[in-house]
Amino acid sequence: MNKRSLSAMVPSLYLVLFFTYLFGPLIIMVITAFNSSGFPRVSPWECFTTDWFGKLAADNKLIEGLGNSLIIGVGVVVVAIPIGLAAAIMLSQVGPKLRASLYTIFIAPILVPGVVIGLSTLIFWDRIGTFFNAPYESFFYSGTFLTIIGQVTFIAAYSMLVFLSRIQRFDHTLTEAALDMGASPTQAFVKVLLPFMAPAIGSATVLAFLASLENYNTTVFTIVSSSTFTTVLSSKVRYGLDPSISAVAVIIIAITLIGAIIFECRNRYMSVGWIKVVADRPALKIATHPGTVAAILAVMVLAAVGFIKSHDSSACQAEILNQKRALQQQLMEQQAISTPAPATPAETTTGDTAPANPFGGANNNIFAPQNLGGSTAEPEPEPAEPQSSSPFGKGNIFAPENLTTPPPDGG
Amino acid sequence: MTKEISLEHVWVEFGEFTAVQKANLTIAGGEFFSFLGPSGCGKTTLLRCISGFQEPTRGVVKIGGKNMKGVGPNKRPTALIFQNLALFPLRSVADNIAFPLEVRGVDKKTRRKRADELLELIALTGQGDKKISELSGGQKQRVAIARALAVEPDILLLDEPLSALDLKLRQHMRTELRAIQKQVGLTFIYITHDQGEALTMSDRIAVMNKGKVEQIGDGKTIYDHPGTGFVASFVGENNVLEGTVLSNDGTIVKVDTGLGVPFVVANHATEKGALVPGDACQMFIRPEALRIAAGDDDRNRFECNFVTEEFEGNMRHIVLDASGRKLKMSMINDGRNPIDGSAPIALDFAPEMGIALPPGPLASA
Repeated sequence: MNKRSLSAMVPSLYLVLFFTYLFGPLIIMVITAFNSSGFPRVSPWECFTTDWFGKLAADNKLIEGLGNSLIIGVGVVVVAIPIGLAAAIMLSQVGPKLRASLYTIFIAPILVPGVVIGLSTLIFWDRIGTFFNAPYESFFYSGTFLTIIGQVTFIAAYSMLVFLSRIQRFDHTLTEAALDMGASPTQAFVKVLLPFMAPAIGSATVLAFLASLENYNTTVFTIVSSSTFTTVLSSKVRYGLDPSISAVAVIIIAITLIGAIIFECRNRYMSVGWIKVVADRPALKIATHPGTVAAILAVMVLAAVGFIKSHDSSACQAEILNQKRALQQQLMEQQAISTPAPATPAETTTGDTAPANPFGGANNNIFAPQNLGGSTAEPEPEPAEPQSSSPFGKGNIFAPENLTTPPPDGG
Repeated sequence: MTKEISLEHVWVEFGEFTAVQKANLTIAGGEFFSFLGPSGCGKTTLLRCISGFQEPTRGVVKIGGKNMKGVGPNKRPTALIFQNLALFPLRSVADNIAFPLEVRGVDKKTRRKRADELLELIALTGQGDKKISELSGGQKQRVAIARALAVEPDILLLDEPLSALDLKLRQHMRTELRAIQKQVGLTFIYITHDQGEALTMSDRIAVMNKGKVEQIGDGKTIYDHPGTGFVASFVGENNVLEGTVLSNDGTIVKVDTGLGVPFVVANHATEKGALVPGDACQMFIRPEALRIAAGDDDRNRFECNFVTEEFEGNMRHIVLDASGRKLKMSMINDGRNPIDGSAPIALDFAPEMGIALPPGPLASA
């Protein structure tokens, strides 16, 4: 080992550390989803199981929260994108002085803590509701409505930033040209500006949807008595975690990967070089079409779902259970024998029983979601709806098309 | 189908700044009319007044006798070709050309047919499915023209459309533009700061400076008989000699410029009260009008010293010093070199080549 090879190793060492830092948690999360241990962990490895996915599908609270999150996500996109676009267009057309102050105003919601936005949204609409003497069933008190409104305040600003970077490259003489060619202002907008903004609209949509889906600190206030994916997860973290959360992570990672793969395939498929390569090779052209890739991935997903449904780990788990019982039995016997000398055995006992605890904990956790429903501080209007478990299909819930189209910003 | 355009006392003001003052002119139908002037002279503003992007502060723009006040750019019978062409980058060539038809609700088949016709006109047959980015500069230029012609406007407005092209292409496009104009018979209004473009293509030229139309006339008139000092110094090159009017009999003006004998000038401002004996005046003499004196008596003669030479291939530009005043003389490079740098050189010019004008602002070099 001379000095030179050592210094050459530093960048690769750094890279290893960097990627470990980046992907380590994800890998561990994925592994824990298949460990039968009641607490999400890698070791001790008990049994390979797919039960957590089933548990997830049966977790009405989580599914309901996820459903709400998706509705809210779509609502936020629908409201925030037009607002962001309008703001960006306006900023691109006003004079520099007005632009500076308008920009500050538009951007302010991003700088305001989410908690403040959440609280103030809640209070504001409550005041308005009270003013109109609206009943509690009205939308002034609806968690979905309030959350959409609350999230839009800052997500519209995010999307505006995306639009601004694109619109700055727009040549406004194109709009003038369209007008001169006889287009009405609406036609000029729809036929010239909107197509130019399309890539930005795509990325802003994905960004807004994801920002809405993962938002917690605003949502936790505005959701009132309802729940979203994040609020359910956070209450799970507080009141007891089981690997069904890892199962959620596996699904999200899978969807992201699928989306990224299809997107990348599309990019390469559309590249000028590749178009030339496949020009006279129809078979290769079909094989590399992003649709083909998507179909292959869909088959793989279906296979995975089938495997998850059919895999049965009960034999292994029963064996583990027996082992643990035997261990516990043994420990109890040991304790009984060593009662006369309490000092050391007592210590061993606590140390040795530790592996058994999670097993007990697992039992608690299994019932945790149901327990939570009763223990939440806010009034629960109705119990978790039973129908929410039936439509569950891993692919549909996350609606791949919502995630798989992060379009390029290829200007 | 071609309509006359008249600007009646058009003023355009942006706050304190006057972009156009009292533009008063009529452009005949079917004419190739150019606005020539340095950047910032208000020519583009005037064009925007005609196309409808700018309302005049005062005055009236009439197209075909109809007052255009309040008529938007999309309702005027004009088509504008932008300086940067403003082709839609996301549309194919044919879709660009057919855009004016598309927004008028013309069906796809008719659109395509018209686009193909126009592609033929601009010699790009069969290239309708190309992307704009796949075209060369000259081709883009022609596509922009085709797009403007798609709905058969009465007037085509061109805002320095050739300025982004390289020299060879620019010269080629000049001929082509003129040919297209002859072919379609439309009124072309052409904006440029390049006098070569204006002189070669136009039927008539309006020379503008600081928002004012200085002179309107055909290229020959503008060049040979400039009406103001600005026009004389902006269009083509000119040597300026400050002097005093000695006499003025209506046809011949005698000017004392301090260079030997007073110059006899036959080409001069004729309006009433101009160039009264005793007045200061500016005398212009084009570099190509100067000759090495051959002894003719009727020509104005003076002496100067050689300073340096600028060689341009076909032309040789000799820089001279005449009693402290810098002059330029251009001569065709015919292989001879009659100038001996060491001795003073005697030059002369014909009286009709000298231009005497009342003093006024000149074009900055």
